[in-house]
Amino acid sequence: MNFEKINIIKSHAVITTIENIDTDQIIPARFLKTTTREGFGDNMFYDWRFNNQRETLSNSPFNNLNRDYKILVAGYNFGCGSSREHAAWALYDYGFRVIISTFFADIFKNNALNTGLLPVTIGADFYSKLLENNSKRLIINLNKQTLEIEGSTLITNFDVPLYKKECLLNGYDDVEYLLSKLNQIESYEKQNMCITR
Amino acid sequence: MRCLKLFNIMGKTIFDKIWEKHAVSKLEDGAVILYIDCHYIHEVTSPQAFAGLNKRGIKVRRPDKTLATCDHNIPTINQHLYINDDSSRIPIETLKSNCKEHGIEMYGLLHKNNGVVHIIGPELGFTQCGMTIVCGDSHTSTHGAFGNIAFGIGTSEVEMVLASQTLIQYKPKQMLIEVNGQLGEQVCAKDLILSIISQLGTSFGTGSFIEFRGDTIEKLSMEERMTICNMSIEMGARGAIIPPDEITFKYLLEREYFPKSESANLIKEWSELKSDIDANYDSKVTIDAATIEPMITYGTNPGAGIKISDTIPFSDEESFVKSLKYMGFRCGDKLEHKSVDYIFLGSCTNGRIEDFRAFASIVKGKRKHPDVIVWLVPGSRRVLEQIESEETGKILRDAGFEIREPGCSACLAMNEDKVPSGKYCLSTSNRNFEGRQGLGARTILCGPLVAAASSITGVITDPRKFIANEL
Repeated sequence: MNFEKINIIKSHAVITTIENIDTDQIIPARFLKTTTREGFGDNMFYDWRFNNQRETLSNSPFNNLNRDYKILVAGYNFGCGSSREHAAWALYDYGFRVIISTFFADIFKNNALNTGLLPVTIGADFYSKLLENNSKRLIINLNKQTLEIEGSTLITNFDVPLYKKECLLNGYDDVEYLLSKLNQIESYEKQNMCITR
Repeated sequence: MRCLKLFNIMGKTIFDKIWEKHAVSKLEDGAVILYIDCHYIHEVTSPQAFAGLNKRGIKVRRPDKTLATCDHNIPTINQHLYINDDSSRIPIETLKSNCKEHGIEMYGLLHKNNGVVHIIGPELGFTQCGMTIVCGDSHTSTHGAFGNIAFGIGTSEVEMVLASQTLIQYKPKQMLIEVNGQLGEQVCAKDLILSIISQLGTSFGTGSFIEFRGDTIEKLSMEERMTICNMSIEMGARGAIIPPDEITFKYLLEREYFPKSESANLIKEWSELKSDIDANYDSKVTIDAATIEPMITYGTNPGAGIKISDTIPFSDEESFVKSLKYMGFRCGDKLEHKSVDYIFLGSCTNGRIEDFRAFASIVKGKRKHPDVIVWLVPGSRRVLEQIESEETGKILRDAGFEIREPGCSACLAMNEDKVPSGKYCLSTSNRNFEGRQGLGARTILCGPLVAAASSITGVITDPRKFIANEL
């Protein structure tokens, strides 16, 4: 798929400290019925943002915002549960490009990396600093793998797999890469007489 | 031993062996191009992947290693009727036309092989041993019960597999969970895995692949092993694996599409498929099965579980408080004997024939409680046929139950099987997340025996006490 290249992202952050946010919260199953990737942002965290009558909930961290916020800071074990990539699409479509948490669920992390959304895992200490400085802008530098609180000396490093970093910096996806390796795949198949059904 | 260590020759786990066999090549940063033996697809997470292929102008590389079903968003009554709702019908039609265009076998609605993807793969014999198996669904971990590396993937990855039959993967950590001891009467595999998740937490397995071993696991049937591996994702694990044994081979030999002419060679090869004695794990846990009792959950993640007779623990942590508020419970509450509105038997966790037999064993000769709505949803058309062809169907009907048609149903409530806001549902499915079974629905996870006993009494009921009272 096509996504914007990521390198330096400067933005305020939306913050929720709720832990174990599952992908059913990020995009409820009833919104998964479309056959395209677009438009999921309107329904992102729908049940956190609207009540049964579709009225805006004032206590939601996602309302009363314009969509200039490119960063979401969320509690431990973000993105657990269902493998629905729609969760990553919804966050991206809403405008987020970076999700920061102390811990990510595996499938969500892969989905994010595959769809132009950067998951940044930080330590509990720096997470506390982010909460203390919640009105300040954050600066993410993917190339240097740093997260900085603007106007402070607070900075931390984060990990990202080298291959996925290249993909995000350049907007590449895995399909193109894998198709360039078809020779290897074919010779693997010949050598291994892969189990067929 | 010292000599071995000096040369860094460690034994291998079953996971290592399958992983290494499927590594096509290695990337600079340690990731591998992993070959995929079997790819299951369904209507909800595949359309965008096919659209991606079409946009690139390429075909599915190995349609012979791809199998499609529709399950996530299909009705569980009157499947012969036209689906009027466009948003539900179009994804099914899209899958059908994609499969036709790319030459993929599809078991659509009403097909004798249709059903929930993780039920039909094993039941038909496509899921074998020593394979790599993926599907755009987190509960793909189910297939690990046969000694496979099986894990859920996102739609971008579905596209990668359709395009290349491979995925770029980083090797996960490995965890060994050894379960020993005899499970008590009326304590089932679902109770075992709910108990393990409640003991270890919903993120304990994240980053890891879990090998389940021990005398308790060895005694489980294949269907019970599938329940265990199915819910390993609920502790965050990439997947779970159980080494194949005689029970596995016997199950496979009874499958319609298992290649029986090759069975002798295959079984010989698969008999070797186990972890070496000196294999290295990143972590190890031991579980005592004898202490486990029937389980229920009280919160909004599968780790929020207690023994059925216990009370909800105390905590003032923000997420915990939020979850109890959603469920309408308080710390210290006892849930046993609490009335419920809905009961759901089904899903890839508990929608197999043994689950229906277990349910029937409890309700035999009794009457369904009039105030509870009970959805019995077989995991596949074959499970449905099996129920009807044996005594199970008659027992259930005589007790006042209706048996629906197969599908994922109320597990994720994409179809009409939704629990209304504020209502309580005792569910044999795998997730009790907020809104999972419908907006505002309150899910209490349990095994089929608790569901069965409660469907007669109308309140959360310990199957052991239920049986004792009848004596």
